[in-house]
Amino acid sequence: MNKTLKATPPVQLWEVFIRSRSGLAHKHVGSLHAEDAELALQAARNLFTRRGEGLSIWVVPSHLIVASDPSEKGMLFEPALSKAYRHPTFYNVPEEVGHM
Amino acid sequence: MYTQALNDLPTPHNLEDAEKMANFQTRIDSEDRIEANDWMPEAYRRTLVRQISQHAHSEIIGQLPEGAWITRAPSLRRKAALLAKVQDECGHGLYLYAAAETLNASREALMDQLMEGKAKYSSIFNYPTMTWADIGAIGWLVDGAAIMNQIPLCRCSYGPYARAMIRVCKEESFHQRQGFEIMMTLAKGSARQKAMAQDALNRWWWPSLMMFGPPDTDSQHSDQSTRWKIKRFSNDELRQKFVDATVPQAQFLGLTLPDPDLRQDEVTGNWMYGEIDWEEFKQVIAGNGPCNQDRLASRRKAHEEGAWVREAAAAYAARQASRHAA
Ligand SMILES: [Fe+2]
Ligand SMILES: [Fe+2]
Repeated sequence: MNKTLKATPPVQLWEVFIRSRSGLAHKHVGSLHAEDAELALQAARNLFTRRGEGLSIWVVPSHLIVASDPSEKGMLFEPALSKAYRHPTFYNVPEEVGHM
Repeated sequence: MYTQALNDLPTPHNLEDAEKMANFQTRIDSEDRIEANDWMPEAYRRTLVRQISQHAHSEIIGQLPEGAWITRAPSLRRKAALLAKVQDECGHGLYLYAAAETLNASREALMDQLMEGKAKYSSIFNYPTMTWADIGAIGWLVDGAAIMNQIPLCRCSYGPYARAMIRVCKEESFHQRQGFEIMMTLAKGSARQKAMAQDALNRWWWPSLMMFGPPDTDSQHSDQSTRWKIKRFSNDELRQKFVDATVPQAQFLGLTLPDPDLRQDEVTGNWMYGEIDWEEFKQVIAGNGPCNQDRLASRRKAHEEGAWVREAAAAYAARQASRHAA
């Protein structure tokens, strides 16, 4: 015990997206490590679709995903809340007009 | 549970922004989920990395006691089921390492810690699987206890961990049912088969109760984990739920739980169990269980024997990349 091993070299991280049924969009299901795209696809198939969870897989190197900054959440997304006129319920349509 | 060896109190950091801390707790209290890049107290991050990595290690080491019986399963049906179960456990380990990585821990570093004997995993996997009935007892009791623990983790405040647990829980239910089916077949079989089932139950019952971790009276880290909604029930609460669920199942099998003090409380209906041997638990966690050395040696051997595959994959990827560049 406590024998120091040579550190295991890091392997590239991928994000996995699966289309569960025709007609649905690919959805993020998790991530995995693989050296290249082909191995990433195989690993994704073994890891995430053993019970018929999917019909199509996308794998994307994690470092290629560009994400919004969580600390800018307020600036980016809060203005939407103050613009009630973007929602249908902002407008009054008299009942006798019926469904609109 | 799979993380029963957690024993440091997270140290509150006075240096951290008190306002950020207060906002964080407000988010937790309102059942908001924390995501990977959100601000979080260092102690919250540390607690989660420890808990999630211990959980991941438990899934990975947990493949070994059962894996030993894949080649000896008594029928093709049993063999296919056991192989599928062990493969699921490997997947659980991978989902969990990925969740830990969202907190800036690397999977390779975590696995190296495990192989160097610097990381903990559940005490239960340091017991030997001596007969086929042990495979039944593990599925029924060990996976049963794991489910009891993992269901509330699906509502853990940390999003990536909660999502991993949802996937895990979907897969667990077959594990317990296949184990119970093995026990049922043996318990309804010949006298020797029934004795084999009883013997497995005798050996796995107490270690299964220990899976829930130390009693609430000396579980040090629970309070903070409860405040952060990483933990939703105490060790003793989960243990009691497990005992209450399992006693009638043992009765159905016609097997006897190895606890002379077991009795049903007339008022609460709970099954009251006898004294757990916490000294045994401490010894197994400290590395002195029957199979601790074996488990780590097997893990290291598999890692070393897989080195050429990792190296070949890396070399092939590098060559492909340089061809594309040329
Ligand atoms: Fe599992
Ligand atoms: Fe399991």
